[in-house]
Amino acid sequence: MSDESDLYVPLLSIFALCSVIAVGGATSAVPEMHRQAVDVHHWISDRSFTELFAIAQTSPGPNVVFVTLLGHYIAGVPGALIAMFGMCAPSCTIAYCAARVVDRFRDAPWRIILQAGLVPVTIGLIASSALIVARAADHDIPTLLITAASFAFCYWTRVTPLLALALAAALGLTGLL
Amino acid sequence: MPEPDVSASPNTGSPAGAAARHIPSAGELFLAFAKMAVCGFGGVLAWSRRIIVQERGWLTPEEFNEQLALCQVLPGGNILNFSIMYGSRCAGLAGAFAALLGLIGPPMVLMIVAGILYRHYGALPALRGMFASLAAAAAGLLIATATQMVRATVKDRLRPAHLVTAATFVAAGVLRWPLLWVMATLLPVSVALAWWRRQ
Repeated sequence: MSDESDLYVPLLSIFALCSVIAVGGATSAVPEMHRQAVDVHHWISDRSFTELFAIAQTSPGPNVVFVTLLGHYIAGVPGALIAMFGMCAPSCTIAYCAARVVDRFRDAPWRIILQAGLVPVTIGLIASSALIVARAADHDIPTLLITAASFAFCYWTRVTPLLALALAAALGLTGLL
Repeated sequence: MPEPDVSASPNTGSPAGAAARHIPSAGELFLAFAKMAVCGFGGVLAWSRRIIVQERGWLTPEEFNEQLALCQVLPGGNILNFSIMYGSRCAGLAGAFAALLGLIGPPMVLMIVAGILYRHYGALPALRGMFASLAAAAAGLLIATATQMVRATVKDRLRPAHLVTAATFVAAGVLRWPLLWVMATLLPVSVALAWWRRQ
């Protein structure tokens, strides 16, 4: 990690691309972040990527802060700030410009059609994120069981998913796995 | 879920009522968005509604929903877009920055601390089991989220749009296509289907 500064430009461009084309927020961008950071650039192992994603899920705040954690792992504090800047600046600039005009299009047919068209793609991307995280996290029977239990907890109860994550972490700490 | 309508005053609906409503300054925006970021475990959206609509009374529930719906057609996270759009309307560029910094600043500090700890202690044998089971639980959470989203769209019957969801899943999740390819091929198809369905 001696040449972390070499990573700044690729970090910025990868996350800026994710910022603009990932509809539905940071979780939709997980497949692309994983592809780039794990498969293309080998900046992080499949396992660490998944663990950092899980840690970010336990954090308060918007999901996009996972990018801070990932950027930090790859290139320290500058990496965290650069990745986060890349992920936020383009979409926030678009939102800032849109704030002036978007009210006019609130009831425009094309806006409603565009929104309806984005939903199926967003769901597919989040399902892809689920597959990627599950494939990395579930490597034996105990982890598969934890995923199944966590799914049941999050799907069928209205209790905060944070409790499922906390229970799983506590179980892992006991060393039973 | 019923919510108290904070705008319910004698002036509701009249221009005078709208004009009398408090428009937050950049400092107030920062504090409000920082509060929802820090409180917002497992989703900031519920907290943003609670703080902006119920607690501070800056927007009515209808206004809040409308603003949020507009954010959904823009790239990026909904709540991030909401912070920028609402912040800029209240206090211009300074307001947009204040709201955004409030929203992402505190969690970023927390994540950098977590990142330092993970780098130093993440490989400790005693913690391996904890991280492994945490990751497995996060997988379950994501599967539940995706399943709930699918269920919400299949409540009537299967439609061509579900093929788009399936194709996106295969392309991005199974085949690991670059996101640019996925979006360039499937988004136009999806929007065309949505257009065709409305005709």
